[in-house]
Amino acid sequence: MTDVRGAQLDALVDRLSSGSDPIEFDGLRAAATEDGYALSTPEGDEHDTLSESELRAAAGDDDVAPYVTNWYYWEEVVGRRGRHRRAFLRHAEAANEHSVPERYAALEDGMHTEWGEVVVTATLGDDGERRYEIRHADDRDADPETLDRYDDPLDARELATYDDRGRYRPLKTAPSLVSGWVFEDLDGRDAVETLDVLYPASVANWNLEREGELDVTHWRETAERQTGIYDVVDELPREAVEWVSEACCVDSQCLKRREWQYEDGDDLAADGGAGAFPCREPCSLVVAAARKWTKLEEEGTHTYEFELTPSEKEQIEAIIDAVADGRVDEIREADVYEGANRYRTRYLRAKRFDDEGNLSGTPTHRDAE
Amino acid sequence: MQALVIVAHGSHLNPDSSAPTHRHADTIRATGAFDEVKTGFWKEEPSLREVLRTVESDEVYVVPLFISEGYFTEQVIPRELRLSGWDVSEWESDGLSADTATLTAEDTGQTIHYCGPVGTHEAMTDVLVRRAETVTGDPDVGEGFGLAVVGHGTERNENSAKAIEYHAERVREMDRFDEVQALYMDEEPEVDDVTDYFESEDVVVVPLFIADGFHTQEDIPEDMGLTDDYRTGYDVPAEVDGHRIWYAGAVGTEGLMADVILERAADAGAAIESAIAAVREATREAGATSETDADGETPAAGD
Repeated sequence: MTDVRGAQLDALVDRLSSGSDPIEFDGLRAAATEDGYALSTPEGDEHDTLSESELRAAAGDDDVAPYVTNWYYWEEVVGRRGRHRRAFLRHAEAANEHSVPERYAALEDGMHTEWGEVVVTATLGDDGERRYEIRHADDRDADPETLDRYDDPLDARELATYDDRGRYRPLKTAPSLVSGWVFEDLDGRDAVETLDVLYPASVANWNLEREGELDVTHWRETAERQTGIYDVVDELPREAVEWVSEACCVDSQCLKRREWQYEDGDDLAADGGAGAFPCREPCSLVVAAARKWTKLEEEGTHTYEFELTPSEKEQIEAIIDAVADGRVDEIREADVYEGANRYRTRYLRAKRFDDEGNLSGTPTHRDAE
Repeated sequence: MQALVIVAHGSHLNPDSSAPTHRHADTIRATGAFDEVKTGFWKEEPSLREVLRTVESDEVYVVPLFISEGYFTEQVIPRELRLSGWDVSEWESDGLSADTATLTAEDTGQTIHYCGPVGTHEAMTDVLVRRAETVTGDPDVGEGFGLAVVGHGTERNENSAKAIEYHAERVREMDRFDEVQALYMDEEPEVDDVTDYFESEDVVVVPLFIADGFHTQEDIPEDMGLTDDYRTGYDVPAEVDGHRIWYAGAVGTEGLMADVILERAADAGAAIESAIAAVREATREAGATSETDADGETPAAGD
């Protein structure tokens, strides 16, 4: 049951009496005419000569009240000032796809939106005001009592700064956000603010994309813009940019959906991911790493000769895989069947490295021979 | 609606780099002087490229949390913020006098008041003094004390030394400390020889850096002989060659930095006088309600 508060009715009357355009919003139609107030909804309510007190009474009818409180929330509370914020909050209750009664029914149970690793749940207060809850998707079914509870969006900063092993997270969209917390009862502004702390600029970029205005800057343009120590990155070969995007930008490493390509009309082959919000240009981590790879790619190849057993070759591949996939910590101490096991690796080093740390005693540089 | 955006370097490796930026933003947010207060970073998120789109206001004051005018304030920040038609001559600066330029952000259409860096604002001198008060726990510190202002030196940026000299001279003119000396990491007079440059037994050493990091937490304490190994920490004050060295850590961690950010925005036209007064009081540590533990083992740096 939705109650219309007096302040909401006052706002409706003020709005209609102010001489501005009639209200046509999410199915609610209301206007001040020469004969009184007109009011209608898609539910069949149709009034056209209401006095102010009759308008107030009609607006409180069970069928009409959701439309009135819905109008009040979107036009008076959220407003149109924050374009991206409003768009996200509308999205959080699929406002453009469902009628007000359908949404009110669904909001009673909570409507969920996945955003990176978190879930935003929109719910409804008695007077149509929306409330939002944000928690880690891993805690989807957790009792809030068992989670750390927050109400200030800025508290999300601390949550987003370190991973579950206390390591600094330089990339906020890395899939390493800690769980175990909940922002239980936020208004729309604070909900979007919280998302903006967890995933900076994600709401704005998502909405710009939705509206067909996302300004994607591809690799070439980004690389050519760089100066100072990053000036060199435009020398990175095209095939290396493929490897960069495969190394850094897939969903296992970053939850943004890569929309930038090598250049306009020349797409990169690596999977850009399936995230809710887009990545519109190579980030500072990619540029900084690309600087290192640009320097490394300046080296030519050498032919080395190594003595390895077939199993040792496979073990080296297993070690590279384990590091690249971040699985090193998962390999059990005594699991000597894993090539990247510590004892296995130490054994390989003891057997195949010389005193200088050269694999198979082969020096890295020829002149060291 | 008017917004403040504080832009800073940030780090891929060290969360301490952006911590002061966030803290000063919080201080200013609490004054309510701006409808929005946001932070943007070269190395963190939101990036300089995307921070303006997180701001709903049409009028934005952008204050660089940098020590001196140079590569970042003149090239990187305007380019990444997409400030249309930016040219460094807009500031008409001699290397110390950049104040503000009003431009339009190409991607968002917002009006941007692009301010000079905090480090060259005259109010920064007060922060150096406040830092000395905080690290000594004495709101009247000065008599019997020397003050060293430490900078990088000219190797990276000529204007960096200008800012150091400027503030050292201003502190000297206050006639508050017995001696004031500018020292550098990579040129003469070097911070390594700090005790050679002071007769006062007590010397407060304040690095003019925005955040604590490698230089302020490792290099300078070891160079001055406060400790052989920064990992073991150092005393404040520490005894070196018969002097007591009160090492303050990066000036940028001092709460009063929020005031300099506000001063920059006010100089650019933001109507925020009451917020400035509020911040000056709210950020005072020495001689205020909470006592600073001046003899503690833990350096005051990085707080």
